[in-house]
Parts: sequence; structure tokens; C-alpha cells
Amino acid sequence: MIQEIPITHVLVLSSFLFFCGICGFIIRRNLITLLMAVELILNAVSINFVVFNKYLFPHQMEGLFFALFVIGIAAAEAAVAIALIINVYRRLGSIQVEDVAEMKY
Amino acid sequence: MTAGQFIFYTMAFIMVAFSVFTIFSRNILRSAFYLFCVLVTTSFLYFMLGYEFMAGVQLILYVGGIVVLIVFSILLTSHIGHKFPWPSKRKLMAGVTVSLAGFLLAVKVLCCYPFPVVHEKVKLPGMKEIGRQLLDLDTRHSGYALPFEIIGILLLAAMVGAIMIAKKEK
Repeated sequence: MIQEIPITHVLVLSSFLFFCGICGFIIRRNLITLLMAVELILNAVSINFVVFNKYLFPHQMEGLFFALFVIGIAAAEAAVAIALIINVYRRLGSIQVEDVAEMKY
Repeated sequence: MTAGQFIFYTMAFIMVAFSVFTIFSRNILRSAFYLFCVLVTTSFLYFMLGYEFMAGVQLILYVGGIVVLIVFSILLTSHIGHKFPWPSKRKLMAGVTVSLAGFLLAVKVLCCYPFPVVHEKVKLPGMKEIGRQLLDLDTRHSGYALPFEIIGILLLAAMVGAIMIAKKEK
């Protein structure tokens, strides 16, 4: 089913998602939306791994494993980032990037 | 155009549209919902590629885990009806210019490079095969037992750290 679609189209799709994430990382000023942009970037990267595995090396599963590792790391990163965001909100009352200007404990 | 192509291009359109909405939506909860749509469509893409295990992991971990976590933190920290002001012109220009330039460069490189695509039919890997290759220690490709363990320890450390950071102080 997927053989009818050239690999370039899937890669163009995933690179669009990647640069969408980068654009969001630059223009947004809320910590949670920054986290969402990072999730978009990681998602695009894991699509790339899986697609390369499927089209170029279908007898092996290395790309699949790396996509699994990317998803695991994304989960760990999201958990820590959200804990930090909640703590910042509790201390400063805001999660805008400009308001988080002090690194003091 | 065959059915597979139709489904793929529809999914691609949905992914592109919703990722743009994720970035530019002014309501944060709506933005999280658009992110959810992008991730679900990605898991459909994995289904189309034939990796059911990967699609399941994507659905459970990304959609069931991370998006729910993000929605929880939005509900804890933001007002639901609040609309963000538009980003400043300068920032908008900078972001769009950088990402558009990068995207065009990536498309140019992708269109020029001849990928050595393998066209033969391959049997799709089952759960057993995936597990065996992931933790294989004795055959020719040595498996990924060590990264697997390290990811486990990293997840444990991240969860303990998250609880320690987010808990209320006495």
C-alpha cells in the first residue's frame, strides 16, 4: 500500500512538521506552547527514522528502535518539563518566558 | 490515484494543517487539541507503513501520556478562555523566515538525492521478532540491550525528579 508513495513525499511532510516546530519555538512566549513545539520536532524526527527504515532497509529494524528511544526520551523530557513549569507557576504566578528571569532558588 | 495514495495525501494535508494551527492558535487548550490531532495522524501513518507496534506505542505514549500531561498542566496553570496576543511583527517575521528557509533547503536536498529504495515485498515484523532483535546479544547484530536499560534508568530518574520538583514544600 505504501509502495505507491515516493519516499521524498513522506520526507517533505516530516521536514515540514520539523520546521513548523522550529517556527513555533521562535514565535511563542508561553512555556507550555514551547514544549508543544518541541514535541512536534521530536515527532517529525521519529517519522523520519521509521520511514528510512521502511523504504531503505526493510530487512532490519534499527530505525524502529531509534524511534522507540526517541519516544521514550520525549516522555521523560515532558514529565520533567511539566514539573518545572508547575513549580515556576507556583513561585512566580506566570509561565510567560519573559517573567522567568531569575534562576535563584 | 489509488486508495492508498488518497489516504496518504489526505493524512498529509491534515498533518500540515493541524501543525500550523498548533503553532498559530491563540487559545492554548485548542493548540493542545491540534497537537493531539497531529500525533494521532502520525500513528495512522505508522499503521500504513505496516509497523503496528510502533503505531500502538505512538498512541499510548504520545497521545495517551504526553498530551494528557500537557492538558493537565494547562488546566493547572492557565485560564481557559484566555487568548494570547499576537506575537510581535519582528518575531513573527524572524520565525517564519528561518523555518521557511530551512524547509526550502531541506526540500531541495531531498529532491536532488537519489534514495536507494528497496522495492521487494518484506514480511512485516511481529512482536516476537521486534523483541528478539532489540535485546539480542549473541548473533551478528548485537542488539540494543544496553540502550534499552539506560532508557529504563533515565525514565525512572526523570519520574523521581519530576515528583521531587513538583511536590509541595512543607
